[in-house]
Amino acid sequence: MPTITYRDALNQALREEMQRDPDVFLMGEEVGLYQGAYKVSRGLLEEFGAKRIVDTPIAELGFAGIGVGAAMGGLRPVVEFMTWNFAVLALDQIVNAAAKMLYMSGGQIPMPIVFRGPNGAALQLSSQHSQAWESWLSHIPGLKVVAPATPYDAKGLLKSAIRDNNPVIVLEGEMLYNNKGEVPEGEILIPIGQAEIKRAGSHVTVICHSKTVSVALKAADQLASQDISAEVLDLRTLRPLDDAAILGSVAKTNRAVVVEEGWPQCGVGAQIVDLIQREAFDQLDAPVLRVTQADVPMPYNKQLERLAKPSPEKVVAAARRVLYLD
Amino acid sequence: MATTVVMEALSPTMEEGRLVKWSKAVGDAVKTGETLAEVETDKAVMELVARADGQLLKQVVAEGATVPVGATVAVIGAPGETVAAAAPAAPAKSPQPSAVSRQPSATPAPAPAPAPAPVTIAPADATRVVRASPLAKRLAKERGVDLKLVQGSGPGGRVVMRDLEGAGAAAVAVSRSAVPQPVDGVAYRDVPLTQIRKTIAKRLAASLGPVPHFFLTTEVDMERAADARAALNQQLGDQGKISINDILLKATALALIKHGACNAWWQEDHIRYWNDVHLGVAVAIEDGLITPVIRNIDRKSLLEISAESRELAGRARERRLKPEEYTGSTFSVSNLGMFEIDQFTGVINPPEAGILAVGTMAAKPVAVDGQVVVRRRLRLTMSCDHRVIDGATGAAFLKTLKQMLENPLAMLL
Repeated sequence: MPTITYRDALNQALREEMQRDPDVFLMGEEVGLYQGAYKVSRGLLEEFGAKRIVDTPIAELGFAGIGVGAAMGGLRPVVEFMTWNFAVLALDQIVNAAAKMLYMSGGQIPMPIVFRGPNGAALQLSSQHSQAWESWLSHIPGLKVVAPATPYDAKGLLKSAIRDNNPVIVLEGEMLYNNKGEVPEGEILIPIGQAEIKRAGSHVTVICHSKTVSVALKAADQLASQDISAEVLDLRTLRPLDDAAILGSVAKTNRAVVVEEGWPQCGVGAQIVDLIQREAFDQLDAPVLRVTQADVPMPYNKQLERLAKPSPEKVVAAARRVLYLD
Repeated sequence: MATTVVMEALSPTMEEGRLVKWSKAVGDAVKTGETLAEVETDKAVMELVARADGQLLKQVVAEGATVPVGATVAVIGAPGETVAAAAPAAPAKSPQPSAVSRQPSATPAPAPAPAPAPVTIAPADATRVVRASPLAKRLAKERGVDLKLVQGSGPGGRVVMRDLEGAGAAAVAVSRSAVPQPVDGVAYRDVPLTQIRKTIAKRLAASLGPVPHFFLTTEVDMERAADARAALNQQLGDQGKISINDILLKATALALIKHGACNAWWQEDHIRYWNDVHLGVAVAIEDGLITPVIRNIDRKSLLEISAESRELAGRARERRLKPEEYTGSTFSVSNLGMFEIDQFTGVINPPEAGILAVGTMAAKPVAVDGQVVVRRRLRLTMSCDHRVIDGATGAAFLKTLKQMLENPLAMLL
């Protein structure tokens, strides 16, 4: 099986879906001539032409609205944001138009649109450009939200997102684009709403998604050296959540730690803790703990930024606490 | 913020405690649940554990000193924190929440000066607050483990899964049967007093003190029981050893099941008839007497009874019993056979309604089928609380017990 980067996995997904369905098109800042700020759309302008690979002005609300209109007209737009920090400008189209269209038209107007781009912190991009938006986006009924961690999942989930008849948010990561992994050529479709156990374990479940999957896996390695067997559960989709996978793992381990890049208040982890305490109360041997970004704007200072982010050490500490070892 | 460590009520009747030995020195780091000191209560030597994390800043009480429940014994705080600011000279009006005792029924004494409020004699566990994880609670329910009997290792003494696992097979087996679990799902049957019972209680108590005792003695032929014991021990070999006392305990329990009227507590306005037998076994210790309890003894094998009574008696002599291990019995047995006492009368341990006093087993000439022969004989004397047990009731129990001992196969009936 070929080993490719996360960016190329996304590129394959776009290319395959555009080859498969002439209604699919990509638009966003620098997606055409520049081949994408992160080179996800490399080679696509050449292959599909300017009609289907559309460079836009720096006007997120405007081109998100054009995307919504195109979807209403029967096309299947993929809207790329240079980062989700910029997509805040487009939230009105995403939340008020895309997410509500099918509902408010009484089921008459489907909204097959994908909004995608890098989410969360990279390195030293400071407060305004280091934010993780998944709790904002997954809050909204009418949206689906996926956050793949691996090249394989990125390809499989983006293809499913493009074929879905509802607005799907695809959260990528600047720090993920260069990651390599095995991805089969040709058709892979990962159903939206399915989590995956990235590493099986028996003592504690570490629930994570996107960039925090690698944090959790590193933590699991460290825990293994302490004879603690951690199960790493990658949510992959944040809305709809895979309740059964979460509850199944907690039933096995009786303890959970939830890791996310976002801030603690009203975070994705808060939702998962709610689910676990509600549905798996009698399985719990300890309160569920969360590892999140520190509850501050992301510092620019390199050391402060490191301290503010979730880290394997923080996950290890939380896992030891739910095991009553510290 | 420093936390005051107070003398906790470590037994249901404890009013003061003697600090035997400090386990932590000033300056040592302490964690919640760690032993700070060994404390001698009125019943046993127990561990006083930390209810906060930090550093032991001060030892207020010297080794060997006795202080009332609720008095400050130490201060835990952040390293470098000044104790003067942290530790009030006298304990606060009520112990801090973190110092809430494991037996809230033992009213926290407000200050060293006034005598602590009288402590009601209740089963040790009845009012203890159990902290347990939801999982531990569910597992305990499924396995029939009484969480009150499990020492929690989590924060604030929370019982967590490993405490149930760590208990090991033996402890789980013990705690499995620690909760009275009658078939009908209720541990006992409370029966209101009839008028005649009220009158008997009032008149007899007026005559003979708060617990109106009467005594019944019978002599038992122990030939078959002694032979059975010898045969069993030969068969067991290295696997264990059954004593005559073990057989006596077992027979007493089974006879009590047949005569539930004797397996009861006097509760002032009603009588509590227990469905299972929790047998107190009196053990002489250096400076007194304690009665560890073999719970659900009626459902235990002779080997289990033998092992458990030895283990409990051993720890009783070391004064290492936990309160729940010497409270809650429904009937008691006291054996002075090893002192070659022919017969004696035991004093009832309220609220129980009876105690069986066992004399020594000795060879005696007796008439059997018109011939004088030498047989091993033993005298049993039952003390009964007449408010609960009438003469004929106690006699019927003793008769069944005698039959079981004289023909051990009767225990199978």
